[in-house]
Amino acid sequence: MYEKTAEHFSLKQKKLPEGHLLVNLGPSHPSTHGILQNVIQLDGERVVDAESVIGYVHRSFEKLGERYTYNQFLVCTDRMNYVSTPLNNIGWILAVEKMLQIEVPDKVTYVRMIVSELSRVMDHIICNGILGVDLGAFSGMLHLFHHRENIYQVLEKLTGARLTTTFCRVGGLEKDIYPEFEKDVKTIIKGLRPAIEEFQSLLVNNRIFMDRTEGVGGISAENAISYGYSGPNLRAAGVPWDIRKDDPYMFYDKVDFDIPVGEDGSVFHRTLVRMEEMRQSLRIVEQLINGLPAGAHHADMPHIYLPDKSKVYKNMEELIYHFKLIMHGIKVPKGEYYMATEAANGELGFYIVSEGEKSPWRVHVRRPCFWFYQSFPELVKGSLLADTVATMSSMNVIAGELDC
Amino acid sequence: MKETIQSFLKDKFSHFISKEEEILTNLPTFFLKPEGIVPVLSALKTAPGIELNYLNDLTAIDWLGKKAPRFEVCYLLRSGNKSSTKVQFRVALEEDEQVPSIISIFKGANWPEREVYDLFGIRFAGHPRMDRLIMPDNFQGHPLRKDYPLEGFGQDYLVEDLLTIHLKEDMEA
Repeated sequence: MYEKTAEHFSLKQKKLPEGHLLVNLGPSHPSTHGILQNVIQLDGERVVDAESVIGYVHRSFEKLGERYTYNQFLVCTDRMNYVSTPLNNIGWILAVEKMLQIEVPDKVTYVRMIVSELSRVMDHIICNGILGVDLGAFSGMLHLFHHRENIYQVLEKLTGARLTTTFCRVGGLEKDIYPEFEKDVKTIIKGLRPAIEEFQSLLVNNRIFMDRTEGVGGISAENAISYGYSGPNLRAAGVPWDIRKDDPYMFYDKVDFDIPVGEDGSVFHRTLVRMEEMRQSLRIVEQLINGLPAGAHHADMPHIYLPDKSKVYKNMEELIYHFKLIMHGIKVPKGEYYMATEAANGELGFYIVSEGEKSPWRVHVRRPCFWFYQSFPELVKGSLLADTVATMSSMNVIAGELDC
Repeated sequence: MKETIQSFLKDKFSHFISKEEEILTNLPTFFLKPEGIVPVLSALKTAPGIELNYLNDLTAIDWLGKKAPRFEVCYLLRSGNKSSTKVQFRVALEEDEQVPSIISIFKGANWPEREVYDLFGIRFAGHPRMDRLIMPDNFQGHPLRKDYPLEGFGQDYLVEDLLTIHLKEDMEA
């Protein structure tokens, strides 16, 4: 049986040495947070070799993208990184808007930025909180989950949905913000700031947590770049790359924030980088919410953004546009575009090849998980079995994004 | 940046440039011959003033019926030292043609190359493990090819296949 599995996963040693054990971590294991498998060869509690097997939640989004219209594909992006859905939506919409070369009102960009920074906070709460749970510290997660729920409630009021928000549209937002939006966001920031400090002193500064995570699962900066790391995992290794600073999109060049950088790329430094990023995100949100402009929630382009329903019932023009948009979608001019945004996990890129039809000729998603997760066997070799759990958890592998 | 790389390629690797085609894109794009991809990328990785040391994306396009060589493998590289400099290299391939693996230059090319093989059927020569990555091992066809039907060829046999495999394993154990 072992030999068969070893052969199937092409581990280097076809025959297991005396005393070695082959352990399946996953496909369904509490520490995998989704469906992915790791076959780990153990000598006692030491990891000798490992192999990652993915593809359990593959849903052919790239193939579906070649059939859907540009607005329909939005529901697919929701299901990629389901911990911070608005970030995926915004990445896709920005790419399409760049292809169409349209400008959206300032208010739209402000709201998109606020929502995406709040999503980043949500994503980091999950990652750091669940890392604690995987290491046996439960109360830290509960501490921050209350505030994550607050963010979800604002998203629910804003979009009508909690998980799969499908918030953006090409040329604007799905609907206008609700009247108390500003007040609610300010309340969230007020509550989150002390909670993050509490979490820091409760879990991250805990001696047991430090002993379990310092120097565990580390990667050098050079190696991380070679593997195509991005986002907090890369910055934890000491490389200050952030698309929000390097290649600013939306209004990221107009707000003040810092890029936190770690040292050795270990689990501990990844946690620290994520903690600091949460603080920086709140800083960005605070600047934006104080200067939120008034105005329309979409560009005034009836051939791109669905016209107002009351006009559709009365005017012929709007009725035609409505019909054309629903039946035939947006026609994007011929060309190719690669647009990368800084999602919670790193560089989320959408590569679109358009032939001028209602749906793209080819869609490719450059998802951050896919690139850094392939280094997992190298990271865990030589460590203890319990450390593999910490390493996997701190990398924040989201199965929906990994398989796509 | 485009001019720097263009002159660099013309100086040293002019025999590896396959064609100069202008395409509508936001990235500077260069077409290379399959055998040129490894020497060009490894030279550009360390070339002073260019330093494309980060493999940003690796994918393929199937131009079924639109262009003459059917497939194009796209390599998107980025310079880490100069912010936001991205360059794309392309290799045009017929069906059954192979392209050398760049895993010796960028470790991160491992899974993307396997993914392209899995979904397009383009083989990468020199890859340590050219297996399917996402689809099951006994899956037939390459789903992202344009002639692959959206609903699949009817893969009903798969479930039965898997059942009998596990049954046999259990019996033997």
